[in-house]
Amino acid sequence: MLIRRPHDIASSEITPEAIYRQRRLFMQAGATLAAAALMPNVSEANVRLSAAANARYSTTEPPTSYKDVTTYNNYYEFGTGKSDPAENAQQFKTRPWTVSIEGEVKHPKVWDIDALTKAFPLEDRIYRLRCVEGWSMVIPWVGFPLASLIKQAEPTGNAKYVEFITLHDPAQMAGQRRGVLDWPYTEGLRLDEAMNPLTLMAVGLYGQTLPNQNGAPIRLVVPWKYGFKSAKAIVRIRFTDKQPRTAWGRAAPSEYGFYSNVNPTVDHPRWSQARERRIGEFFKRDTQMFNGYGEQVAQLYRGMDLREDF
Amino acid sequence: MNINRLKAALFLLALYPLARLLVLAFSDGLGANPIEFITRSTGTWTLVGLMLTLTVTPLRKITGWHQLLRIRRMLGLFSFFYASLHFITYIWLDQFFDFSAILHDIYKRPFITVGFVAFLLLIPLALTSSNAMIRRLGALRWQKLHKLVYLIAILGVLHYIWLVKKDLTQPLIYATVLTLLLGWRVWNAQKVK
Ligand code: HEM
Repeated sequence: MLIRRPHDIASSEITPEAIYRQRRLFMQAGATLAAAALMPNVSEANVRLSAAANARYSTTEPPTSYKDVTTYNNYYEFGTGKSDPAENAQQFKTRPWTVSIEGEVKHPKVWDIDALTKAFPLEDRIYRLRCVEGWSMVIPWVGFPLASLIKQAEPTGNAKYVEFITLHDPAQMAGQRRGVLDWPYTEGLRLDEAMNPLTLMAVGLYGQTLPNQNGAPIRLVVPWKYGFKSAKAIVRIRFTDKQPRTAWGRAAPSEYGFYSNVNPTVDHPRWSQARERRIGEFFKRDTQMFNGYGEQVAQLYRGMDLREDF
Repeated sequence: MNINRLKAALFLLALYPLARLLVLAFSDGLGANPIEFITRSTGTWTLVGLMLTLTVTPLRKITGWHQLLRIRRMLGLFSFFYASLHFITYIWLDQFFDFSAILHDIYKRPFITVGFVAFLLLIPLALTSSNAMIRRLGALRWQKLHKLVYLIAILGVLHYIWLVKKDLTQPLIYATVLTLLLGWRVWNAQKVK
């Protein structure tokens, strides 16, 4: 079989490393200033992370402002309003924290979050994020490819799927005291989706550790899927032979499929997915198939009917 | 209390949601998604306006203060005013006059369909709100027509229930208030019989 190497990001999108780095420093400075000026209550834990820019997997579109990325969040554990997480997650404790790798793997392991953050080289990656609600952002994440962690854990032959289980702690997460969703929030990917080089375990944002409202201390980022697939505050990663159930899938199976790939041709039953509003812009723009990451991921779904497997 | 003073005070209060939106708009205060903020705010105030309009009659009957009737039309017209802002926000800011997308929305999304019907039904009520129109229609026919407001309020709440993704708290609060307001009318009608 001939395996075609994806072209990754179109060459016009690639920024020379030096310029990218410069821009990144500039953005970080701006972000830090913005954080200090606008968000006096940002948690103390905002620590600079050292990471290498990954221009190959980064878009050159202008990033959404730090303020918008950290004040407009869907994170029902801290409330269903968009501004609730920024307000209610400030006291959230992200230490001590462990992430357990379990299920169908040869090397199950309980990682301490600080060891995990240091175990794999961190990268800066600027990704588009498309929310199922019809808005989008461009976000500079810091993280490592999930594939690195998976290779280290060595899935057994039975492993077909990866399930992500997030923290269940109603004492800290006020939203979990109400049955809005079936807690804890869980998500899942097929193993090959999880191994895709785009799939990121993010520990930072705009060059610094993740703010609590963005999923600290560690979250998933799957840029070609709707935002809710990218689970926050992960505590367990389990390898299974069966397709895991997901939080939104349990809540409304006809509205949120397992795959939930960004797809402008498959409407959500209650709204169109053809277009999106980029936060910070006035006019809507057309939504791209796989959120513009088709080159990297389209082959994962070859032969599948994405209307059925939405 | 003097009814004219109350009316003037309510008039100013009813302008507050608009004033607030304008102040926020000019001070960069509408958040990351200003259009969503405006849509939601004007939608909320339309519904609040409808609830307040429907409160006048029970309040009047319970307190025996019949002059209260004189604020009902104003509250109804303010509901229509905010409904129009809400609708214009959707047509202009949200969809930017993309009429094929708008028609598709009205046709395909139940929450938009009922919202749109509610808005259409509000139009004849607003057009027949003047004393001259009441006279032309005759009090009985006018009253019959304006019973549509019950349906409009129900559709408004249904619109809200159908648009939220998961958290039904807010729409259910409105549903409860509306049930009380309409329930009182049923109860009152039976008592009179
Ligand atoms: C009497 C008529 C109407 C009432 C009482 C009403 C009320 C509401 C309310 C209470 C909300 C939710 C506010 C919130 O989330 O805080 C809302 C949202 C919305 N309404 Fe209406 N509405 C009406 C008519 C319409 C019409 C005619 C349209 C469009 C054709 C429309 C489109 C929308 C949209 C797009 C949203 C926002 C949905 C979202 O943000 O997810 N509404 N409306």
